[in-house]
Amino acid sequence: MKLTMIEALNQALEQEMSQDERVIIMGEDVGKNGGVFRVTDRLQAQFGEGRVFDTPLAESGIIGTAVGMAIYGLRPVAEIQFAGFLYVSMNQLVSQAARIRYRSAGAYHCPLVVRSPYGGGVRTPEMHADSLEGVFLQTPGLKVVLPSTPYDAKGLLTSAIEDPDPVIFLENIKLYRSFRQEVPEERYNIPLGKAAIVEEGSDLTVICYGAMVAIAQAAIKQVKEKSQARIELIDLRTIWPFDEETIIASVEKTGRAVIVSEAPRAGGVSAELIAVINENCLYSLLKPVVRVTGYDTPFPTPGLEDGYLPTPSRVTQAILETLES
Amino acid sequence: MSIQELTAELETPYQVLDEAGRLVASPPEIPDAKLLEMYRWMYFIRAFSNKIVALQRQGKTTTWGSLTGHEATSVGIAAPLQPQDWIAGSYRDAGSYFVKGLPPAMVAYYQRGLPPRYPLEANCLPVQIVIGTQMLHAVGIGMAAKIKGDNIVSVGLCGDGATSEGDFNEALNFAGVFQAPVVLGIINNGWAISLPRHRQSAAKTLAARGVGFGVPSRLVDGNDLLAVYATMQEAVNRARSGGGPTLIEAITYRLGAHTTADDPTRYREQEELASWEAKEPIKRMRRYLLDRHLISESQDGQIAEEEEKQALATVDEAFSMPAPAPDAIFDMTWETPTPRMERQRAELKRSLEEA
Repeated sequence: MKLTMIEALNQALEQEMSQDERVIIMGEDVGKNGGVFRVTDRLQAQFGEGRVFDTPLAESGIIGTAVGMAIYGLRPVAEIQFAGFLYVSMNQLVSQAARIRYRSAGAYHCPLVVRSPYGGGVRTPEMHADSLEGVFLQTPGLKVVLPSTPYDAKGLLTSAIEDPDPVIFLENIKLYRSFRQEVPEERYNIPLGKAAIVEEGSDLTVICYGAMVAIAQAAIKQVKEKSQARIELIDLRTIWPFDEETIIASVEKTGRAVIVSEAPRAGGVSAELIAVINENCLYSLLKPVVRVTGYDTPFPTPGLEDGYLPTPSRVTQAILETLES
Repeated sequence: MSIQELTAELETPYQVLDEAGRLVASPPEIPDAKLLEMYRWMYFIRAFSNKIVALQRQGKTTTWGSLTGHEATSVGIAAPLQPQDWIAGSYRDAGSYFVKGLPPAMVAYYQRGLPPRYPLEANCLPVQIVIGTQMLHAVGIGMAAKIKGDNIVSVGLCGDGATSEGDFNEALNFAGVFQAPVVLGIINNGWAISLPRHRQSAAKTLAARGVGFGVPSRLVDGNDLLAVYATMQEAVNRARSGGGPTLIEAITYRLGAHTTADDPTRYREQEELASWEAKEPIKRMRRYLLDRHLISESQDGQIAEEEEKQALATVDEAFSMPAPAPDAIFDMTWETPTPRMERQRAELKRSLEEA
């Protein structure tokens, strides 16, 4: 059946709750309202208020109580209404969820999934669109998953809920309803930490994730009109730990790489990707690795976000420049 | 009804023993043997804390927050709990953990700078460092138990400073909304490092905070073991019988420094300290036990000696426990280390071999 990402996520939640009674859903407006984006639609009616429940409006409270529940043996899937509000719960995520395994020398662990919508391009109000994946990449103990398609969203969420350690599951708002895709009815897993090679090529590697996969695909189409070069497109799918093996193999083959991310440029995912490429593929590189990203500024108010977000033409230009010998 | 009227009963700390150790209310029913065991724990906690302070001075342990003065509160809070119950406390709640069943050597081991693996049956979370944070964990544990249908009580403990934190207030709010089987305890020892209680909040009592969250609240003399026990017993019974959460403020005093890195003479008057030393909890309980002929003066001295010996043995035990290998950090981050972590493990081992 063809599903939107929202429907695919809803199906994953429904199936995980059906087959594992430890799975519970909590957050703001996730119950009767089904979440502000309807990802948890109808789940409270199906599983009851004991397993799908609204919380008071307090992000730290949501994550902090979810940490206690996960330690006790449940598998909470907590929703933070917008990723920009995750900052409010940073201590509970970074110093608590991510560290309880270490702090207890392995006696306790925290099988918690924190789902949160993020990303620009849909004119959300201020502070709703921040990309936090780079922040969490530098906070050891948290996994970060970020799907780009309905199919991946279902399989990755299933794996995230099964994972014994805390996972930040970031859902791009623009992708929620932008297209439908064939999604199998039955449960399936997409392993965490494995990238997808979306398009194979031999001359340049584009590495991206989330909404930037579609931007990169549009750019590659434009490049094809002007160049014979064959472009390889990698979708990271898991931001942390990312799939170094696939990236290294690809860049060793192509010798050229462009990274596309809507997060700020400094210090985040794109910087770590370049470090890994330099450490492993320096002698294969024919040109410096180029980044097409957001800028090192606050994510703009909706009226200015178009200038901030990477576009197909910015990516096309970066690819063409990197292809020049 | 005004908030003043609502909180009037929260203005006088409940006492069973007055400051001289005389009964002023009927004592909770506690078998003599248990009473003596609780008394022993008070001595043990004091001796243990003093020993860790001494070791820190010798450079053998990391920074330690003294437990001295907290003995009645720590013991009175944990003694009414059952094995299936949980505690999430701060670094100054180790005494409650001991009474709950955590081997004290685990805390001494942590003071060596090593991550302790508490036995699961103790149901104590690793002592919390970030102030107030653990209150939400305690509430989450209570909520989870309620969902699973387990009959447990979950206890969150923090200090007076923590009541200014968002997490404390969110915990109280979640506890009330979800009617979680929890007891939230504020151990008000008068000082948050150098900040006195009256600078932490303009409220007359911190227990009154519960009123605004719809959570039953109690104010108790934290240097009165019997009063703390009775108050805790009532709250535990309420939680266990489905009656929901309770907030307890126990008023005690930090007789020691905040930690071994702190010098309280910079901010605290000697007279204040002296007035609280006169009200310290072990002395008060000793008077009561002597009056009831449950101990003699010489037996009291013997108990003190035995508990001191026990504390020393506990610390020795902690120092005889093996330390994890430096690369154990890679095994305690995620269940399965990534290939990248394995390469870093090799790097760490190589760097140690070369050193």
